[in-house]
Amino acid sequence: MSFLLKLTPYFFLIPAFVILGIFFFVPFFQTIYLSFFDYSKDIYNPQFAAWANYVYLLKNPLFIKTILNTFYFLVLCVPFLVIFPLFLAILLNTKIRFKTFYKLIIYLPVVVSIVVVAIAFKWLYAPEGLLNYFLELIHFHPIGWLSDPRFAMFSVALVTIFKGVGYYMMIYLAALMSVPKDLYEAAEIDGTDSWAKHINVTLPHIMPTLALVTTISSISALKVFVEIYVMTHGGPLDSTKTIVYYIYERAFENLDLGIASAAAVVLLLVVMIFSMVNIFVFERKKYGL
Amino acid sequence: MIKNFFRGSFAHLTLIIVCVLSLLPFLWLFSTALKGAGENIFQYPPQLLPSDPTLSNFKEVLRLVPIIGYVINSFIVAAFTVVLNLLFSAMAAYPLARMEFFGKKTVFFAVLSTIMVPFQAIMLPIYIITLKLNLIDSAGLVQGYLGLILPFAVNAFGIFLLRQAFLAIPKELEESAVIDGCNSWQIFTKILLPMIKPSLAVLAIFTFIGSWGEFLWPSIVLTNEKLFTLPVGINNLQGAFSANYRLIAAGSIISIVPIVVFFLSLQKYFISGQNEGAVKG
Repeated sequence: MSFLLKLTPYFFLIPAFVILGIFFFVPFFQTIYLSFFDYSKDIYNPQFAAWANYVYLLKNPLFIKTILNTFYFLVLCVPFLVIFPLFLAILLNTKIRFKTFYKLIIYLPVVVSIVVVAIAFKWLYAPEGLLNYFLELIHFHPIGWLSDPRFAMFSVALVTIFKGVGYYMMIYLAALMSVPKDLYEAAEIDGTDSWAKHINVTLPHIMPTLALVTTISSISALKVFVEIYVMTHGGPLDSTKTIVYYIYERAFENLDLGIASAAAVVLLLVVMIFSMVNIFVFERKKYGL
Repeated sequence: MIKNFFRGSFAHLTLIIVCVLSLLPFLWLFSTALKGAGENIFQYPPQLLPSDPTLSNFKEVLRLVPIIGYVINSFIVAAFTVVLNLLFSAMAAYPLARMEFFGKKTVFFAVLSTIMVPFQAIMLPIYIITLKLNLIDSAGLVQGYLGLILPFAVNAFGIFLLRQAFLAIPKELEESAVIDGCNSWQIFTKILLPMIKPSLAVLAIFTFIGSWGEFLWPSIVLTNEKLFTLPVGINNLQGAFSANYRLIAAGSIISIVPIVVFFLSLQKYFISGQNEGAVKG
């Protein structure tokens, strides 16, 4: 009996670990394993390639470009996603009227599928679409939002921003609720005016959350895919080809499993660095570390 | 007083602008969907209000494309993903929160490690394994659904969320149940699970939203249109009606109705803010 009792915890863990084993741990090690094989000549008869796939990637201008594109995309959306939702949260963390209504509307794009959001933006970005009309209203020339390599990545980032603002705003709102109210009162007695108050009182309290939003929005930026798949397919001229798109193309279109896996390992390493900072520095409490 | 008024109206003005921007892409899509064949959708200047609104595009797209079928598929996949996540995550979270056993630290870090690895980096072997297990739509409906559900049946975020919830329950409750002769399974189902209902609700809702919107994995595994989920089906409209944006718009608008209804009816869970950020894949 006591032997069986000792097994109880493992019994509870079995279902989760069967799933994680099949769909996480095995694929994880298989990704690393595959990255050392050459599938390009014969997909049914892969050859051990040692580091050749990695060497190929480092010398491949397209892969280097996708890495740079990915970081360009990150730089386009992360700063905005860190600052603007905080600004909205500060506005909403007061006794303002229609608060719930505002929150609901701003959060709405978060729950709508990214595919629909991307289709809606594609329509706004059309050459004779609404956005070019607005540009003309303020006496600018219409631009090729998705067809001009200079603007395409910016246009994609705008979609990601649109979809993300509400999500990060809610994270900030939760954090703002925990800022002690008496700190504000003290600031008010000192005669600090309202935005100065936020810089002096709110910001130090919100710093950990700000850092958290920076890492999680960076991680999702590194993984961007659907917006690009729906709107540009990586084009024009590879200007919106990001690392996940490259992996997708190599794996499922070219069936070049070795190269795709090596690129996946690169993605893995980059994302893991951000995740580790996140887990071991900003979210220790959540994970009970 | 005057200063307060201006401060208040600055906030309202800003928030109203942001709200309008949040709705604009959908409103423009809706407006396009309402425009009949007689109205030029590339008209200059653009007309937000259709001159002669019609539902014909909605009827047409529902006639040509099995959108209702996509909704049902998405619902089946999301519902089972939610149920399995709740069950498996709660089961795994229980010993991690309330038992001591050999290897606990290893298990803990194994679960934690899954958070650090993005799905996109390991999707290729997941696909290979899914093929080997024959969990694909060409093998049959059930296999097709399983292939969409099982890779997402456990989420480490969920395990940690529920672990935190279990940790908050006082130990005495469990001890008195042991004295009453309950075994671990009874303690788990009869005492602990009912006490973490709020966390289970949060996990259920965010898992549902995540599964409902998932695109990458279904677009990789699905080949049979009968099993298309909404995001895959809606993306497909682009190829099917490349010349007719009215139909693409109508289909897209229909596709967001279920999730918007779901969102509005459970709004308190979304905007309470307390558990935000708990679950994100």
